[in-house]
Amino acid sequence: MISRFRQIAVLSLLALQSASLLANEGTPIKIGEIASLTGKEAAFGQSSHKGTLLAIEELNAADGVLGRQLKLITEDNQTKAGESATAARKLISRDKVVALLGEVASSRSLEMAPIAQSSKIPMVSPASTNPKVTAVGAYVFRVCFIDPFQGTVMAKFAREDLGLRRVAVLTSVSSAYSVGLSKFFKERFLSDGGEIAIEQKYSEGDKDFRSQLTAIKATGVGGIFIPGYYSEAALIAKQARELGITAALFGGDGWEAPQLLQIGGAALEGCYYSTHYSPEDTSPAVQNFVKNYKDRFNDEVPDAMAALGYDSALVLADAIKRAGSTQPDAVREALAATRNFMGVTGNTTIDADRNAAKPAVVVAIKYGKLNFFKSVAP
Amino acid sequence: MEFAQQLLNALSLGAIYALIALGFTMVYGVLRFINFAHSDVFMIGAVVGSLLGNYLPLGTWWSGLACLLAAMAVCALLGVIIERVAYRPLRAAPRLNVLITAIGVSLFIEYLFQNEHVFGAAPRPFPPVFPSVLWQWHGLSISSNQLIVIGVALLLVVALELIVYRTRIGTAMRAVSLNPRAAQLVGINPDVVVTFTFALGSALAGAGGVLYALNYQSVEPLMGVMPGLKAFVAAVLGGIGSIPGAALGGLLIGGIETFIGGSQFSTYKDAIAFALLILILLFRPTGLLGRRIPEKV
Repeated sequence: MISRFRQIAVLSLLALQSASLLANEGTPIKIGEIASLTGKEAAFGQSSHKGTLLAIEELNAADGVLGRQLKLITEDNQTKAGESATAARKLISRDKVVALLGEVASSRSLEMAPIAQSSKIPMVSPASTNPKVTAVGAYVFRVCFIDPFQGTVMAKFAREDLGLRRVAVLTSVSSAYSVGLSKFFKERFLSDGGEIAIEQKYSEGDKDFRSQLTAIKATGVGGIFIPGYYSEAALIAKQARELGITAALFGGDGWEAPQLLQIGGAALEGCYYSTHYSPEDTSPAVQNFVKNYKDRFNDEVPDAMAALGYDSALVLADAIKRAGSTQPDAVREALAATRNFMGVTGNTTIDADRNAAKPAVVVAIKYGKLNFFKSVAP
Repeated sequence: MEFAQQLLNALSLGAIYALIALGFTMVYGVLRFINFAHSDVFMIGAVVGSLLGNYLPLGTWWSGLACLLAAMAVCALLGVIIERVAYRPLRAAPRLNVLITAIGVSLFIEYLFQNEHVFGAAPRPFPPVFPSVLWQWHGLSISSNQLIVIGVALLLVVALELIVYRTRIGTAMRAVSLNPRAAQLVGINPDVVVTFTFALGSALAGAGGVLYALNYQSVEPLMGVMPGLKAFVAAVLGGIGSIPGAALGGLLIGGIETFIGGSQFSTYKDAIAFALLILILLFRPTGLLGRRIPEKV
């Protein structure tokens, strides 16, 4: 029955696509995308790219934007420092894209942003949460919440839901995201009457965290906040459990990737992290998105990066529609005027600092699965 | 107790650096150049271990040992091939050419393995091939993996010492290292010695790769870069060309890194480790156990 339904859906989609191809005149609107499709944080780029691609395909099936098809040009930065800047230059000067979508990691968005800004090409980051990203200039936007909010959510969560008073913080010093989130968490946790017993540091790409964890273990804290990316968080969890640390581990949206559980496994049992959305959300918009995504990508369940990638493309397409043209300045104006755009990660309203205030979701890892724990409104 | 725990962490990290450093030092001993592709042979050891581990029952001694031996065998073969294809044609060329070729081979392997059809750039979990037990003893957590790493490394270093000092081929290696021309005059075939050295050094790197992956549970194409660099430093620190020196250097680098990593200066752990290296080399330019060879005029 389901497969029958799917068949009809695919057929009608194909019919729509060919119909729109026939109806379409003029050149396609080029949109540049930069994502970490390979490398250490490939899970981020893979998810956000699939979400973006799905949105573009759906828009094209529904006759495109301004009667023109959208053409997504994707560049892979291989998770390497420096590559995003090169890719942004290439997309703007050679491909003449109308706007840029990307990146997930704040450090890499911060590489793209100055180039978008100086070329006066609007850029929409799906998931970079560090406040500095949109502070680069008037052409840089994001469709997710920022770290002062996420830090507050996790500090309150640790204090109230986990009932912790003394915690340790393990920060990655070579990631703008981690340093920022760690700072906002500490500020709120201290002002809520908590105590940071110890703060330890590591660098992106480190594999050995035993020395830092041994020092943390000696302080006997009840929880460890790890504002890093999944690739390190999974290893940290494993090594912490091996050292006999039973404290609760919790982090931010950098943990959001299927590889977290693949590598971390049982060590992550009873851990928590904050993110942008939950596929368990019963709202029709989310369920519809989850269904279409699964149909398109081999039954994969979309994670938050996929949902944000999807929303970033839709918000941009909506701005181009309202602008009525693909002139970068007009698109920028329209992006800045985005109000109450309903996407799968909630309601997007771009504020004066070009950020979106959206709810955060806290996820609990139980029985080897991600479970919705609670949602916190901005 | 925190000190004892850090000491254990330091030993298990240092043992792996020592295993890689031995390969650097042995190749330098006979050919007087640094084989930069050595860190990638280390990575391939981990890859072989993880691929084979997926087909074996997990958590048994024999499957762990099978992974270890398979990785060592594949890496030994690979080391010999690399030497044969990339370095031997340049034997008569200036040493700088060989050095640059070594960097080329290293980059070639790294990018080949980042290709999605070969291995892919994303880190993959390493299967727990050895039985894994965790002992708690007066607040000290001892994982069986750490003990396996230290034990296997110790065993391999002793075996290497026996090969180099108690066998004919070992004697030939030392002879070539001392004076390649004179060694040839007394009937030693230097090609056989060089091939054997590469096989031995690469097998140790392969074992190091499996042990490293076992301890940190993930495998990726660039995993050899940092450990390789640190092992190279360890080899220089201990006195390049000296086998006990490489082992000592590895343990020292592992120790410095661990103890600084656990202090409030954890941000600077690599910076401090490398600064200490500069300091030691200022006072002992040939390294801790390196011999000063007088230049004959």
